[in-house]
Amino acid sequence: MFELDQVCKRFGEVTALDRFNLSIEAGRTTVLIGPSGCGKSTVLRLMIGLQCPDSGEVRFNNERLDGDRITAQRRRMGYVIQDGGLFPHLSAHDNIALMACYLGWTAPRMEDRICELADLTHFPMEALDRFPVQLSGGQQQRVSLMRALMLDPEVLLLDEPLGALDPMIRFELQEDLKSVFSALGKTVVLVTHDLAEAAFFGDTIILMRDGRIVQAGTLDAMMREPAEDFVQNFIKAQRSHLSPEVLRR
Amino acid sequence: MKRGRLWRLVLAAALIAGCGASREERVLLVGSKNFTEGVILGELARSLIEYSGQPATHRRALGGTRLVFNALVAGDLDVYAEYTGTLGHEILASKRPRDEKELSAILAGMGLSMSRPLGFQDNYALGMRRETSQRLGIKRLSQLRDHPELVLRFGNEFMEREDGWPGLRAHYGLPQRNVRGVEHDLAYRGIAAGDADVTDLYTTDAEIAYYNLTVLEDDLSYFPQYQAVLLYRTALEKETPHAMATLKRLEGAIDEGAMIQMNARVKLQGRPETEVAADFLLKRLGITVNASNESGLERLARNTKAHVALVGVSLSVAVLIAIPLGILAARRPRLGQLVLGAVGIAQTIPALALLVFMIPLLGIGAGPAVVALFLYSLLPIVRNTHAGLTGIALSLRESAEALGLPPRARLRLVEAPLAMPSILAGIKTAAVINVGAATLGALIGAGGYGQPILTGIRLDDVGLILEGAVPAAVLALAVQWLFEWAERLVVPRGLKTSTGG
Repeated sequence: MFELDQVCKRFGEVTALDRFNLSIEAGRTTVLIGPSGCGKSTVLRLMIGLQCPDSGEVRFNNERLDGDRITAQRRRMGYVIQDGGLFPHLSAHDNIALMACYLGWTAPRMEDRICELADLTHFPMEALDRFPVQLSGGQQQRVSLMRALMLDPEVLLLDEPLGALDPMIRFELQEDLKSVFSALGKTVVLVTHDLAEAAFFGDTIILMRDGRIVQAGTLDAMMREPAEDFVQNFIKAQRSHLSPEVLRR
Repeated sequence: MKRGRLWRLVLAAALIAGCGASREERVLLVGSKNFTEGVILGELARSLIEYSGQPATHRRALGGTRLVFNALVAGDLDVYAEYTGTLGHEILASKRPRDEKELSAILAGMGLSMSRPLGFQDNYALGMRRETSQRLGIKRLSQLRDHPELVLRFGNEFMEREDGWPGLRAHYGLPQRNVRGVEHDLAYRGIAAGDADVTDLYTTDAEIAYYNLTVLEDDLSYFPQYQAVLLYRTALEKETPHAMATLKRLEGAIDEGAMIQMNARVKLQGRPETEVAADFLLKRLGITVNASNESGLERLARNTKAHVALVGVSLSVAVLIAIPLGILAARRPRLGQLVLGAVGIAQTIPALALLVFMIPLLGIGAGPAVVALFLYSLLPIVRNTHAGLTGIALSLRESAEALGLPPRARLRLVEAPLAMPSILAGIKTAAVINVGAATLGALIGAGGYGQPILTGIRLDDVGLILEGAVPAAVLALAVQWLFEWAERLVVPRGLKTSTGG
């Protein structure tokens, strides 16, 4: 689905990624995890073209991401960020419909799709007319997810989608997100710094540090055969957050 | 001198208010400088031209000498009253005419002619309050040398002119340090109030008697002779011979006493110039002209129309140009600095200077005023558009991009609505400043609320000043209110709703 091939990316003096290679499999959920500044968000932003590689290339369905194609390519991806990124001047409904509206969808087709998505994400229909400021954090993320899914994209890219939510809502939304992922069977790439969340969602977990991949695989494999000390330390540091149930998996 | 014709056409087409004179019948344009005697002479000229059957308009109380003379040269005026001393020692001083013959020759080279003298001189002089002059024993200009402590306040023109203070000081070797320029009419009030000791006078000023001033004798004969004449474009002799012949009945018709009396009736008794001119023509030349004055309400309506037109046209054009400039500045930061710098510089040009610069290009009247107001409106709108767009959170801009909206659609659907409150605030600022600045348009004959304000200052008539100042303030408030109402319509609801409900 995605290939990053020898990608280098610098921000001023700081090297975010250095000759970075990654392949994302279709139909599976891949979680990028690592400490702050490890480059995990940069990887996601390269995939949606918000950032361009200094060298190397990013391919989506074997097509290089580039200037002429990028808007069309983005319409085949859904992107959700931590604070939702909802447009404050548009109602929840209009946020979701914005792109479809621009593409000239008919009203019935649009309404059907929104209905379907509200159902899928457990968003109350009567709240669709509210503006983002009138929605709770959890509801905002549901709207953001609906907006990302509106055009039925092939892949969903989520950058710490639950990072700003309080624990109760976070738990509820985790469950809902997981059921959405499995219901849709889409390719999902999710960035998080929380190991429990990574283990909960991820078919594959990719642990990053300083712009490179330390280990890729399941949490199980990482615990059994850590590639280096850092893996062990990272897991240990987060252990207190892990429920016994997750640890047993 | 028909440069900037295109501009003129564009502006003329844009202007709704009454500068649309019909082309079939030539309307002669009479001008006058911004002082009472000039305006009275202008009214005399206009009345006589109309009496001859030729339509005429009087653009009264335009700015200073240079402005009116340049307008005449540029063909924006046909005739105005001038003084030989001013012509020889100020306007054409660089050509050093030695007598009136040489003066006429120089004028002829510019396509201008001078009438024979109208019959009175209006010379520069210095004056003091009688009690001060008696106390200090000053009767002659040379005696001022012994009193360096005296406070001198001169009209702004006198301060600057070659034949004014600089020459006078050199000629008499005057030592005074406390010398400043003020509005000529305010200088009288300053001297009456005791804030100043010496001021410049025109010898036909009615205030000399009124304020009980002593005119100091020019004992080293510095001041030239200022014979009043009419200055006109020579071509008029052929184009409108009858009107010109009628106009010349003023030659030798006005003696000093008559001029002082007319000045006194306007300045001290508050009679309109039109009426005073009509009375003079009837008494001296036996000519009856129609001196119907417009009512206060009609005048207010006319000024309002002109003012709203100035503001409306300049602001609309500014909005159409400043918003794209602001967008450009936001999209291209380097170019943006250049754009913001340029509109910032435009803002710092003094209004009067800007107006005078534009006379060769756009003539006098509404044209240059609209352009000046347009330039002043740019900065707040460009800056606020730029600030509104660059102030949008990065996460929102990226979200629009990540959705797959192309740049134009992002601007239209996301960025412009988000920046709208800021853009509107900029337009509102520009509009309110514009309403105030438009009063300066009266200096170059653009009309509007500045007209009664200028006249009021000239005639020391607070009522007239208020007739301009109050509606201007009301208009500013109305404009503000209008934009707040527009804000309610244009600014998206989601940007105004707070949390809850």
